[in-house]
Amino acid sequence: MAGSPDTHSQRPDTPAAATGASGGPWAIELEKISKSFGPVRANKDIDLNVRRGSIHGIVGENGAGKSTLMSILYGFYTADSGTIKVNGKAHTITDSRHALALGIGMVHQHFMLVDNMTVLDNVVLGAERSALLSRTLDRARAELIKLGKEYSLEVDPDALIENISVGQQQRVEILKALFRGADTLILDEPTGVLTPAEADHLFRVLETLRTEGKTVILITHKLREIMAITDSVSVMRAGEMVKTLPTSETDPEQLAELMVGRRVLLRVEKQPPNVGDVVLEVANLSVTDRQGVARVKNVSLSVRSGEIVGIAGVSGNGQSELLEAISGIIDPSSGTIAIGGVPLDIRGDDGAARARKAGLAHVPEDRHRMGLVTNFEEWENSILGYETYPAYGKGMMLDIAAARAEAQKRIEMFDIRPADIGLQTANFSGGNQQKIVLAREMDRDLKVLIVGQPTRGVDIGAIEFIHKQIIAMRDAGKAVLLVSVELDEIRSLSDRILVMFDGEIVGEADPETASESALGMMMAGIGQTETAQ
Amino acid sequence: MDLELILSMANATLRLATPLLLAALAGLYSERSGIFDIGLEGKMLAAAFAAAATAAVTGSAWLGLFAGVAVSIMTTMVQGFASITLKGNQMIAGVAVTMLAAGLTTFLGQTWFGQGGRTPQLSGDARFERIILPYANELSGVPIVGPIYAWVLSGHYILVYIAFLAVPATAFVLYRTRFGLRLRAVGENPKAVDTAGISVTFQRYQAIFITGILAGLSGAYFSIAQGAGFGNEMTAGKGYVALAALIFSKWRPVPVMFTCLLFGFLDALQIRMQSTELPLIGEVPVQAIQALPYVLTVVLLAGFIGRAVGPKAGGVPYVKER
Amino acid sequence: MSARHPLPRWMDIVLLPAINLIMAFTISGLVVLMIGESPLEAISIILYGAFGYGDGFGYTLYYATNFVFTGLAFAIAAHAGLFNIGGNGQAYVAGLGVIIVALALDQTHWLLAMPIAIVAAGIFGGAWALIPGYLQAKRGSHVVITTIMFNFIAAALMVYMLNRVLKPASSQAPQSETIDVAGRVPQLREFIPFFGYSPVNLTIVLAIAALVAAYFLIWRTKLGYQLRTLGQNSVASRYAGMSNSKLIMIAMTISGACAGMVAVNEVMGVQNRLVLDFVADAGFVGIAVALIGRNHPIGIGLAAVLFGALYQGGQELQFSMPTVTVEMIEVIQALIILFTGAMEGLFRPALERSYALLSFEQNAEATRRATVEPES
Repeated sequence: MAGSPDTHSQRPDTPAAATGASGGPWAIELEKISKSFGPVRANKDIDLNVRRGSIHGIVGENGAGKSTLMSILYGFYTADSGTIKVNGKAHTITDSRHALALGIGMVHQHFMLVDNMTVLDNVVLGAERSALLSRTLDRARAELIKLGKEYSLEVDPDALIENISVGQQQRVEILKALFRGADTLILDEPTGVLTPAEADHLFRVLETLRTEGKTVILITHKLREIMAITDSVSVMRAGEMVKTLPTSETDPEQLAELMVGRRVLLRVEKQPPNVGDVVLEVANLSVTDRQGVARVKNVSLSVRSGEIVGIAGVSGNGQSELLEAISGIIDPSSGTIAIGGVPLDIRGDDGAARARKAGLAHVPEDRHRMGLVTNFEEWENSILGYETYPAYGKGMMLDIAAARAEAQKRIEMFDIRPADIGLQTANFSGGNQQKIVLAREMDRDLKVLIVGQPTRGVDIGAIEFIHKQIIAMRDAGKAVLLVSVELDEIRSLSDRILVMFDGEIVGEADPETASESALGMMMAGIGQTETAQ
Repeated sequence: MDLELILSMANATLRLATPLLLAALAGLYSERSGIFDIGLEGKMLAAAFAAAATAAVTGSAWLGLFAGVAVSIMTTMVQGFASITLKGNQMIAGVAVTMLAAGLTTFLGQTWFGQGGRTPQLSGDARFERIILPYANELSGVPIVGPIYAWVLSGHYILVYIAFLAVPATAFVLYRTRFGLRLRAVGENPKAVDTAGISVTFQRYQAIFITGILAGLSGAYFSIAQGAGFGNEMTAGKGYVALAALIFSKWRPVPVMFTCLLFGFLDALQIRMQSTELPLIGEVPVQAIQALPYVLTVVLLAGFIGRAVGPKAGGVPYVKER
Repeated sequence: MSARHPLPRWMDIVLLPAINLIMAFTISGLVVLMIGESPLEAISIILYGAFGYGDGFGYTLYYATNFVFTGLAFAIAAHAGLFNIGGNGQAYVAGLGVIIVALALDQTHWLLAMPIAIVAAGIFGGAWALIPGYLQAKRGSHVVITTIMFNFIAAALMVYMLNRVLKPASSQAPQSETIDVAGRVPQLREFIPFFGYSPVNLTIVLAIAALVAAYFLIWRTKLGYQLRTLGQNSVASRYAGMSNSKLIMIAMTISGACAGMVAVNEVMGVQNRLVLDFVADAGFVGIAVALIGRNHPIGIGLAAVLFGALYQGGQELQFSMPTVTVEMIEVIQALIILFTGAMEGLFRPALERSYALLSFEQNAEATRRATVEPES
């Protein structure tokens, strides 16, 4: 990092310089921060100024680079270039300890707590004053009670983390930062795991913090939160800083537009749908994760043959769990699934096999984690999930020749490059890997196609091809359920759009008529109108 | 059973529990920091050999002990380098280190001493002596307390007392010090430790350094205290019994002591029971008693009685990059 | 995310093991040098002892037979992502199955006794591995720890069986009755006098068959495909609808059955009775064999012969170079496990880097792939 001390701390060209909450000096100034992971540029020349004693929001879609930027400020990653100034002085933040010493604390999206230790132990971890704990603990206990009262963050200091609620755990994270004397607090998607009541409480805490003169940086994708609590807001998109505005001078529509950008809508040629009977029927489906958090709440939906139903939503709102439950990978806590009127039993650890037998094909959201075995040769991945089918050999034996011949046929059909069925799958590009999955799932006799993030991490050239294939499935009379965080994709492919927010379907929209900002607001949990026009 | 038998069994239990206790505590530091250690046996074996060889050459048990501990630390560091720095497979590292120790000790023993892998018999200052506690003789006449003091507690090697003192010391370190707090945290959630600004790597190396010391003491106990010289495979799988004891006590210091006493007692029992018959039950095969520590551990691991869940981050190298 | 450039296959399966082998041998050579002997001379003695004459070669093959079985046992479990270090115990318990069949049928013919003994060895060895497999699959108990424990439980069990059950009343030694000549597996020397007095027997045919069968199992059957999927990516296997818990149990059973074949070699082919600790440390040698053989039957076959040669040559070495004991072989074996198994990180990154630098095309490909990687 180039640590040249920059003297002019207020630059007139910075939008936030216009008005701050209190008009106070800058607490944090980031200049031209860049960070790459391998060849991926997560942050490109980011400028960001945050006033002391204000709440500053950062919004952006998944992968916009918000978390990376804040991890750099917190010293968890080191920037490739750029300057960081804290309270007007330039620093090279080398690690988290350094950031803490500068008064910067962070509440991570996934809490950094040790489950089987007490609240008190977690608070002092890394901030112990001496080799023996007793005095630190006594002091911390008193401090914790004091801070708890001051900011309404009461937590039992002797409770084990694993025994307290998620909301309480978040309080511990905030207390950890305050105990270390943080005067700038970064919160990364803090309400994602909270109940509405807990979230409201958190906002009151943040307001108290501001009153006490602390600076808060709030990373979120929920525009309601930005409007409700922040003084100023920065919008990030694709690793770049798009704009910084005073919150009072903007509205959710403008922010939604800035977030998703005015990209050229990818036009996909398609005929009007020829819709038939209901094929996939999901009723009252709920999914609870291992921590006991409800991920999917009582979702009912149906997909008819010859239509594409798109589920829009910011990721992390239950879409992944919905797809995995329908395709038999995770067990739902309640609800039923039927294909062509026949109920489907997908429970148990081979549920996905039964779903496939019933004619449900699934292109998973994450091909590396789930859809492919990257160490396998191309043809081996071409039979994943179907390996027991008679087409690939009778009885126990695998008919490699048949599998290879089929893979060869598909490699030509889907124009997979390089056209080498013996190549290790890891050596294909993202788009070609996705085509391997698509070819495997589409090129067979199926009734329902479930597709998650079909073009995530896929090169432009392949996107159009993949979209055409999905349309072709629809035109062939299949029922297609599509999940994507790319709103463009949902709009250009779907015949019907369902919007998912916080585990629920919050609305339905017509892709022809619904405006992007209206959808964006539904995705952000505002204005839960049944039909957005 | 008569009093004398009970006292001598109690004495033997302490004696046999000692190496288990030292080794299990050694494992505790490593595993609590997130490094699974199935190489305890190897470190003990290496230490036993180094201690006996040094004591034989220098004639000093203390120099032997020092050498044993030093070699154990070196062995631990090889394992640690593979597991922590190179982020290799911790299980394989443990297997390799144990095999290396088994081979090298016998090989070097034969090369240096030419007695089929054994070191020369130790005598005099080259071997630790039993310590008679103050007034042991005088107090032995006092009813109940006297004989226990004189015949059970007194008359052990210094390492026995060190082992049992290491239990409260470990409990104190683990629960009352900064080091212990960080140790427990790094084995459960290294990322939490990292974000708190503490080096995961350094914390783990510190932990296994202590592992090396304690495993070294345990190994030395075999060859320069309990025994008078090193013999092939002299630790005889005790490192794995210690591992079982560690799991059985769910990685907590005081329960480790009681488990090691139990396993030590079982050991004493099977030595005494060779071909004696118990009333009512009849003859219990000694092998059943020998296998008991392992069976109990498996049953516990399977969650049939309680549940043994190790440190959450155990066995997984910490990788910061996403 | 640091962009990693996967190595081409030949580097992965030939060059890397070769570097690790050279490291292990170099360090061992330094140890030999340290005690004042010539490493080159030691190697030539080992080579002559292992391959130079009929008896020696026969012994090499006899050891290799055991190592093929234990190497395959480790490898098959490893393909399913399981770390089975209980090969010793599984082979040991399988001895029970073999001796029961052998003593019952030794009045008939080995052609009848041997196949049944093979089945019995598979059942006993497989069952001894199935229990840890079940505990892993259904109760989440770590298979590494349970297989270690089962090695010791097996040792206690077998001492008991030999002392109390199988020992003939007339005998003092803890061993079973001797198998009658008719029920023994024939020695190779009966057909090929070249092998002298070495104990290599027809079980070696079983070992070769096992290598071929393992190849087919792993790469030519649907089950093998599923096991490899589980081992590579247990999320993908779940996505594919495979029952991971069932696969874990199957993999462990096959693995244990493979290890059990050691008992056929030792009990029916060499010792002609069940004796204490007949497995020696074959189970652990199997780990080294599988690691250096890259879990592939061809590699395992070659590595088994390598280790057979080291064990046989090591005996010879001890004879002609009394300062270098046979334990030197154990040292080499440990170093091989250390370098190939636990210290893979030592050479692989450097090799990957230098390969990536050399191969521009590879580089460009990696970049193209990585630029479209999503942020997680």
